[in-house]
Order: sequence, then C-alpha cells, then structure tokens
Amino acid sequence: MRNSNEIIDDIANKEYEYGFTTDIEMDIAPAGLDEDVIRFISAKKEEPEWLLEWRLKGYQAFKKMQLPKWQHFDMPEMDFQKVSYYAAPKKKKQLNSLDEVDPELLATFEKLGIPLNEQKALSGVAVDAVFDSVSVATTFKGKLKEMGVIFCSFGEAVREHPDLVKKYLGSVVPHSDNIFAALNAAVFSDGSFVYIPKGVRCPMELSTYFRINAQNTGQFERTLIIADDSSYVSYLEGCTAPMRDENQLHAAVVELVALDHAEIKYSTVQNWYPGDKDGKGGIYNFVTKRGICKGNSSKISWTQVETGSAITWKYPSVILQGDDAMGEFYSVAVTRNKQIADTGTKIYHLGRNTRSRIISKGISAGQGENTYRGLVQVGPRAHNARNFTQCDSLLIGNRCGAHTFPYIESRNKSATVEHEATTSKIGEDQIFYLNQRGIDTEKAVALIVNGYAKEVLNQLPMEFAVEAQKLLSITLEGSVG
Amino acid sequence: MLTIKNLHAEVDGKEILKGIDLEIRKGEVHAIMGPNGSGKSSLASVLAGRENYTVTQGEVNFDGKDLLELSPEDRAREGMFLAFQYPVEIPGVSNINFLKTALNEIRAYKGLPAMEAKEFLKLTKEKQQLVEFNANLMNRSLNEGFSGGEKKRNEILQLAMLDPKLGILDETDSGLDIDALRIVAGGVNKLRGPEKSFLVITHYQRLLDYIVPDFVHVLYNGRIVKTGTKELALELEEKGYDWLKEAEVHV
Repeated sequence: MRNSNEIIDDIANKEYEYGFTTDIEMDIAPAGLDEDVIRFISAKKEEPEWLLEWRLKGYQAFKKMQLPKWQHFDMPEMDFQKVSYYAAPKKKKQLNSLDEVDPELLATFEKLGIPLNEQKALSGVAVDAVFDSVSVATTFKGKLKEMGVIFCSFGEAVREHPDLVKKYLGSVVPHSDNIFAALNAAVFSDGSFVYIPKGVRCPMELSTYFRINAQNTGQFERTLIIADDSSYVSYLEGCTAPMRDENQLHAAVVELVALDHAEIKYSTVQNWYPGDKDGKGGIYNFVTKRGICKGNSSKISWTQVETGSAITWKYPSVILQGDDAMGEFYSVAVTRNKQIADTGTKIYHLGRNTRSRIISKGISAGQGENTYRGLVQVGPRAHNARNFTQCDSLLIGNRCGAHTFPYIESRNKSATVEHEATTSKIGEDQIFYLNQRGIDTEKAVALIVNGYAKEVLNQLPMEFAVEAQKLLSITLEGSVG
Repeated sequence: MLTIKNLHAEVDGKEILKGIDLEIRKGEVHAIMGPNGSGKSSLASVLAGRENYTVTQGEVNFDGKDLLELSPEDRAREGMFLAFQYPVEIPGVSNINFLKTALNEIRAYKGLPAMEAKEFLKLTKEKQQLVEFNANLMNRSLNEGFSGGEKKRNEILQLAMLDPKLGILDETDSGLDIDALRIVAGGVNKLRGPEKSFLVITHYQRLLDYIVPDFVHVLYNGRIVKTGTKELALELEEKGYDWLKEAEVHV
C-alpha cells in the first residue's frame, strides 16, 4: 500500500499538461516601461489620440502607486522594467478569415482543445482566441452579427465601435483603480469586447481563450462587456501558459456593465501555469474584475474555478447600483505545492432591494495557501438589501493553510447580511470508507472534492462544468494527506 | 472462504489482536461477541485494511488470496464488504452516484463493462425494496443528514447492491430501535445464501434473535476464548461477560 507521503510526492511531481511552447515569429517590444513604450504600443495598434491619452493617464497613475500590502502573502518583488509590454505573432497583412491565420497558431489552440475551426467548434460556443497580447481569431462572428451582437477583439472594437468603447472604457474600473489596473490601462494589448443590444438574448456562449507564449512578457488584456436593456449573455474565459522558470505577470482588467433588466453571467476556468513543486516559475495573476448593475433589476454573476497560477490575486466585484439588482459570486479556488490564492469578492449594495449571494469554496493541498477575502458593503439608500455569504475551506494534508477575511459594512438598518463559514479536512475516514467500497484513493479524492465544489460547478455552462470537474480531479490527483 | 491464522495486530504500538484463529466457510454466518474493548471492531478494521492497524503476525486467506497483501479497495473488489459502525457523510456526492461509482469500479476490476443506466436503475429499485430503503434518500448526499437508522439501512443497501462474498457487520445494531433492527436484520436474512458468508460483530445478543448464526465466538482481550452455537449467545446474555475474566486465567 502506498503511504500518504508517496501520494503527496506524486501530485507534486505531476507535470502541467499545457506547458509546451509554440515556435512562431513574433513582434516583441524591448523590455522596459516608459512613455515611449506606451506610444509604441498605441502606434502599433493604430489607435486614436483619445485612447493614447487615456493610456498615458493610466501610466501617470501607475508611477505614483505602490504595490499593495494588505494581502495575506509576501508580495514578490516585481521589476516592471524587465518585462516586455508588447508581443504579437507577426502577420503580414490584415486577416480576412480564419483560413489566413498562421497554421502554427491554429495548431496550438487545437492542442489546447480550443478548435477555432467553426465546423469543429463546440456547438453553441463562439471563441475569441488571444495569443500573447493579440486576439488571433474570433469564431461565429457573422452569425452573431445577424442579431446585432458585437463580439470582437478589443482593438477591432476601438476601430469599429469607438463611441461604445469611449463611453464605457474605465467606467467600472478607472485607470487609477489600483496599481495593476493602472498598469493595464497604460499597456493593455488586446482582449475581447462584447455588446449585446436591447432585448437580445445572446444565442450562444461567448468565450475567450488566453494563451501566454512568449518569454519575458506579461499579458495585459482587457475585456469589456456591455449588456443593454433586457439582454442576456453568458461569457467564459479560459487560460494556459507554457512552463517557464521565471514568473510572468498577468494583469488583466474586466469590466461588465448591465443596464435595466440585463443579465451577465461571467465564468472563468483559470489554469495558468502554477510553477513547479518548489514554487519556481508560474504566473502571477493579478487581475481586476468588476461589474456594475447600473440598471434596475439587472444581474451580474461571477463564477470562477481557479486551479492555476503561482499567485492569484483577484476579487471579482459587483456594484449594485440599480434598484432590485442582484449580484452573485461563486468560486472554487485550489492551491497545491506552493501556490497562493488570495481571492474573494466585493459587493456594494447601493440600490434598494438589492440582493447578493457569495459561495466560496477553497481547497488547499500540499503547501498551498488559500485566502478568502470578501467585502459586503451596504449603503444608506439600500433599503432591504440582502446578502448571504457562505465560505468553506477544505484542507488536504497538514502542510497547507486556509484563511478567511470577511468584511461587512452596513449603513442601513433594514439590511440583512448573513455569513456562514466552515473548515473541514478530507478525512482518512472518508477515504477509507470509499476504499472499502472498491474506489481507489485518487478517485475517492476526486469524488469528495467534486462533491464539495458541486454548488459552484453547477453554475458553469454545461460543456465547461464537465471540463472543470476533470480539471479539479487532475489538479488534485493523489493529494491525500 | 476466510481463514484467519494466529492473527496479531497493533495500533499505535499497542497490541490489540493477540492471535486470532477463525475459519468461515461459504454460506456460514458467524457471530463475534465480546465486551467493549475486546478487539471486535479492530478485527473488522484489520480485515478491511484500515491504515493505522499494523499486522505483526499471522495470515489471512480470503477465497484463495493472501488478504493482507491487498489494498483496501482490492479487498472490496475481491468481495469483502464492511458495514461500518459509524458510516461517514460525504457532502455533495449523491448516494446514487456513489453507488454507481462503487459498483462500476468493482465491475472494472472483474473485467466487466460499466453497468448500463437502465439496468443499474432496475437493480437499485429491486435492492431498495429488499432492504426497505426510502427512495427519497437515493438522490441525497451520501449519509448527510441521515438518521442513525437510515445510515445503517444504507449500509445494508450497499451490501445488497455490491453483492460481496463476505459481509462483515460491525455493530450494525448499535443505536437502532427495535423496528429499525428488524428491518436491517430482515435485509441481511434475505441476502443470505449458499454463496454468501457473514461475520456479524455485536455486543448484544438481541441482533442474533433476528440473524441466527451458525457459530458464535466470544472475543476477549484480543483472543477468541470460546466458540459455540447460537446457545452460547443466550448464555452470554444471561451471565454477562464477567465470568470470561476468570475463564481467561485458565486459557
């Protein structure tokens, strides 16, 4: 019989499946950050003057800011001058169709299980693929256009729909929100843009797939989703990166705007390279995600399954501005080896009868550290606001950690705020029980963990729920203590 | 079916089984009785392969295989089933999903394909009725929020579904009221047959009124000190266990 230590070693040595690199000709900006680099990026992308100015404002804010100190881990040193802020696959001319995309790139996404070929694509899912800093392909564009849905790369949106971009860019996450958001504002490369017109229920899942490939680069994409009155959209992002010894920074910004009676469902399956068993390498994932329920009876729902990255630092938030608006946050975060996750949400109840629901499930294995950090704020005008928070931690082995920092600030007496928290360990008793029914330890852990995370996994769109379940099982393979 | 020879085992360095000899043949029902701390449940744990028990001496042959060489899951797949004294709860894993996983793991071990959904549902329904198991509990999380009686009945349902060669009931009667006891025992009796053996561990004679054993063994201080037929259980009921302490001196 294998003992626990052998099993733990197994998991530690389990290799990251997506750690390959793609050999492709790249346009890369020299390392370093100053105004010239920002002008270079803006020029490369043939941006209008107002966007360059916005970038420069972001840069000015960035220069004055310090790295945050409140997180529950030691912030690694980051030399922002060593990073290259622009890397793009070289292309000779404007692409007119998928057939013109570099076959090497298509092969890469194929290898990752993201077929960009529309015939082969998952039924009912449109994909925007972002390779290093640039969107390389968006599928099902034509079909979506018929309904008035805009789904394209951020760069294309700046060219084709400047009024929409100008109106909403930075309206939820300002250029000076925090140091990583400011950096993103200054150097953001590309990303996805979505606009759902009034009364339209987007007929398919929209999905962006991010891939970091080049060395010594960061990835700074920006996503902006606007759901106009009474519209609905479900959006999913996934991501992977090669295995590299150095840490790479991913500092993305996501802004969601839901107008009257609109609903946005945003799901993330995050699987960046987590570093090796000794904590060498891996992605620093410092992401700012925020949505605003601007309209009455609007709804924003974040679902995240976080299994990758050396460090995850993100707090997808919802501002409930409209009356009767609803915000949700469902999260499963897994840390193993020496991974760190400091994640949670912020919900701001401003409107009347606003409701929010937070379900957070942390899973720590190996020497992983998992922190839930949440803020529920109820403003003076938010009569009858209601919040329910449930925050669970599951420990596997005895060298990992789980921490919870819930903050509640209520300035309205009619508000109801509930918080429940539990911490549990996968017990030897549970494993033995399943063993005694003929189920081996690996399967037993997968069964227990998926059961534990079920409430969150159930929130994912069907196709991805299955993927996420598999990912959880693989990530935790053998991690019994 | 099961042959135990001179079995010694310890937990945390303390010897808890001190030389057990026991032979269970196909179709036989054996009962093991004994006072608290005599090693009854330890014997069940050692047979099922619980990690914190170390076998220091002896051998166990299970249907031609060296049991002690097998992992806990392989012991289960070979047809050994332990009905737990304290069944665990597993939140979020539905009873039915758990049963299906277990059944198909055992089938895969035997080289059989996974059971078709339709066939599985039919089997579940049939066994549910056999042990009078509430169908509403099938889609609930495994044992979560089940009453003591429901948990024990669930153990017998699993036993019925997984169809082992040897069923070990570890104090299945503890914490059951008389009605639940009758249902659980009734389920076991329906499962009895020429190919299936049982090892019934109990503190009280009461259970043996319902599950009538072929042999009764008295375990005391890590050894079997007396073996007899069902009348021995009645004798124990009458005299208690104290006389064993004196008997042990003479062994």
